Amino acid sequence: MNVFKNYFKSLFLLELFRGLSVTGRYLFRKKFTIMYPEEKAPVSPRFRGLHALRRYPNGEERCIACKLCEATCPALAITIEAEPREDGSRRTTRYDIDLFKCIYCGYCQEACPVDAIVETRIYEYHFENRGENIMTKEKLLAVGDKCEAQLAADIEAQAKVR
Amino acid sequence: MTDKLVTIEVNGQELQAEAGIMLIEATDAAGINIPRFCYHKKLSVSANCRMCLVEVEKVPKPLPACATPVSDGMKVYTRSPKALAAQKGTMEFLLINHPLDCPICDQGGECELQDVAIGYGRDVSRYSEGKRVVADKNIGPLIATDMTRCIHCTRCVRFGEEIAGIREMGATGRGEHMVIGTYIEKSVDSELSGNIIDLCPVGALTSKPFRFNARAWELTQVEAIAPHDSLGSNLNLHLRDNKVMRVHPKDNESINETWISDRDRFSYEGLYSSDRLTSPMVKKGGEWKEVSWEMALEMAAASLKEIGDGDQIGTLLAPTSTLEELFLAQKLMRGLGCNNIDSRLRQGDFRMDATQNSVHWLGSSLSDMDQMQTVFVVGGNIRKEQPILAHRLRKAAVNGAKLHYLNPIQIDLNHRGDQDVCTPGEMAGRLAAVAKAAGVKASGGGASLLGAAKVDESAKQTAANLKAADGALVMLGAMAQAHPDYALLHTLAAALAEATGAQLSILPTSANSVGAQLAGAVPHLQAGGTAAERAGLDTLRMLKMPRKGYLLLGVEPGRDFWNGSLSMSALQSADMVVAISAFRSPELEACADIMLPMAIFTETSGTYVNAEGRWQQSRGVVRPQGESRPGWKILRVLGNLTDQPGFDYIDSQQIHDELHKLCESSTLDNKQAEPQNLEPLLSADVLLRGGDTPLYACDPLVRRATALQQTQDAGSDTIRLHPQEAARLGLDGSDTALVKQNGNQIDLPLQLDERIPQGCVWISTGLARTSTLGQPFGEVTVEKA
Repeated sequence: MNVFKNYFKSLFLLELFRGLSVTGRYLFRKKFTIMYPEEKAPVSPRFRGLHALRRYPNGEERCIACKLCEATCPALAITIEAEPREDGSRRTTRYDIDLFKCIYCGYCQEACPVDAIVETRIYEYHFENRGENIMTKEKLLAVGDKCEAQLAADIEAQAKVR
Repeated sequence: MTDKLVTIEVNGQELQAEAGIMLIEATDAAGINIPRFCYHKKLSVSANCRMCLVEVEKVPKPLPACATPVSDGMKVYTRSPKALAAQKGTMEFLLINHPLDCPICDQGGECELQDVAIGYGRDVSRYSEGKRVVADKNIGPLIATDMTRCIHCTRCVRFGEEIAGIREMGATGRGEHMVIGTYIEKSVDSELSGNIIDLCPVGALTSKPFRFNARAWELTQVEAIAPHDSLGSNLNLHLRDNKVMRVHPKDNESINETWISDRDRFSYEGLYSSDRLTSPMVKKGGEWKEVSWEMALEMAAASLKEIGDGDQIGTLLAPTSTLEELFLAQKLMRGLGCNNIDSRLRQGDFRMDATQNSVHWLGSSLSDMDQMQTVFVVGGNIRKEQPILAHRLRKAAVNGAKLHYLNPIQIDLNHRGDQDVCTPGEMAGRLAAVAKAAGVKASGGGASLLGAAKVDESAKQTAANLKAADGALVMLGAMAQAHPDYALLHTLAAALAEATGAQLSILPTSANSVGAQLAGAVPHLQAGGTAAERAGLDTLRMLKMPRKGYLLLGVEPGRDFWNGSLSMSALQSADMVVAISAFRSPELEACADIMLPMAIFTETSGTYVNAEGRWQQSRGVVRPQGESRPGWKILRVLGNLTDQPGFDYIDSQQIHDELHKLCESSTLDNKQAEPQNLEPLLSADVLLRGGDTPLYACDPLVRRATALQQTQDAGSDTIRLHPQEAARLGLDGSDTALVKQNGNQIDLPLQLDERIPQGCVWISTGLARTSTLGQPFGEVTVEKA
């Protein structure tokens, strides 16, 4: 009986047509591929991309050199040095993130008590020379300044669940 | 307290405890943890934090474990619902006024409040009202304050009263308005003040030099021995990235208990001074040139050999060097035929060397110090020389001991004691009076003084107290040793000690003063502490009769010497000066011809022999800076290059073992072989200079510790004199005066001070400007600038 059934299936190419019907269905459906880099995929407010250091609205840097991010970093990617600033406040003199070491786990932004270190939605970056993989304090603050509006909105959006 | 044992039960576990001790002591001994803030094993019980509340059976309310004596059959529950509820309640009240600034607090990560809050507090705060804010006070360059964080445990207050002996911190106001601080706006000047940083359970008092530099969890802890005073306090160094970040005490009940002096705590800053010598340098045509190690060592060895006559070389070794360095240096130089080796750079008189063939020491073990019943200190401001030893003497005084001081300046005591203040020229006479009162016959050394001495009431009292005591010490301090008649003072003190049955104590001034004698780094003793076959010249004669060449080890010309100007002129006139040094001071650059960079404290392994003769080793824990190398390695290679046998050491332990073997039969003894007849050198009827070495001017490392240099104890380049003496010299109302000593003269600011005896002007040594003058005790003229 089975022999007869298989012979019939192969004679009329039934499996081929079943497969082609899937192809046909997707052929006429709405496309979900995007034309990257002209088009971009939507990004979650929780996306963990390139790091940034944020400032307060008055321009004061948020980071207070508590070093909790450095302590929590599982990849030991963060290096911080601190000393009292002229006004006596606790500030970093060095804040480096080695992007080659970073595994983008987001623990640093979770540990931060003042929402200073954050991971932005930026995922398009590259390095052309050795050493560029180190995000220094200046670079991180510059990224923060550029993305501040988006970062503030993202943190606001997640405030309820954090 | 009785020795009776009682049995108590804690959480169902049976414990034996001495009757009368507090519950918390019994549980601590058994390893049962009870949370606490105000209780500290070395301080009195105040029971004001209430954190240690525990449940005791048949007692209706929870009791504080720190203030509840144990009693037989007592049943205690430290983790019962009632105890936990009490602890949780206390924690909640403590946190009401404590700010939530842990991220910027230096105590974060090592905070007792954090730990106890995690272990015994609630998860979430119910308090949403305003918190108390307290203004910070500036209490000096060593301690940073954040008084809002204070939880009023009063440990710092009790430390001041009970340990440091000066009430510097205190509580003002009551209840909500209680504030801990200095009563008046002033800095905390105690030489033990740094200990309140360790005592503070929260971040209210933290270290200023360490402020915001590192977190507790980044630091690695290693052990070390303090290289300054002769106690050899045990330290815990906290390192990060090959750098010493801070220094903490390591408990050692028989030496430093749980305390260390500020000098030991903050001197690490000197390691990172900008004038560290980091590569070998050679002077060519007046210009310093960096050279390779090979070249520098070969040149050094060649120039030492070139002098030929070993007697034409002088070897001056810092008494803060490690035992291995001292031993190798003397072995190297004796091998070259040079017996002129000395490490007693600040001693003023060497006349007794000829009759001395034993190693001088403290005369008593450190732990016996607090049991003494009478101590007679001659020429010593122990508090400002060796603070932890002074703490032990203070403990003795608090226990009822009688302390007598004979000094050329009135010193600040932090305990009860009698002070006899006289000019430097009268010191020997006054000591002779005490000796005479004790029944010393006018013969042998100091016979003329003993004959002429007038015995007064205070001398009689001192002698009587020394005689009556069960344990008594006659102690010669740093000022006595710097006295030009030290041999005389020593002879008289020895006679006094013998007559009264007291111990003679010669307070070793530096970390390795005893070690240097054992290692043979003195002209009259050879390695092993026995009399040298051929005695060489002492420091003073090496400088007074300039040699052709000198070897310096860790020594800074000028500031490290008894007679600064003499040391400069002698070293500058030499043909060849080889300096092994960690620092390059302008004075050293002016004198030396070859500078070899040496690794010091923390960078090199080595042994220190403390005042009571205890050998303590410490390891090299951070990499030496730049090209610098441990001193023993430099000396070892110099030994090889000068073709001497027995210089094939592989590590410093071998050197230690070799010397230890030599010292097996050596004993520490302060007795002189035979007192010789000595006449006083210092005249009593001319204007005399008096001078101490300030607490933070004693060695090159401390002089570079920036925070310590900003404190009062760093000393100042001034002339201090009695107002009446100023009037007699016609210096009324002038701000500065011209000082002349041994043909050197400088302008110095004037400071009127009633503690200075009349007939004497006080100019400290070891400071930048005063070291261009002469010896601390000697003839001087002061006139209008």
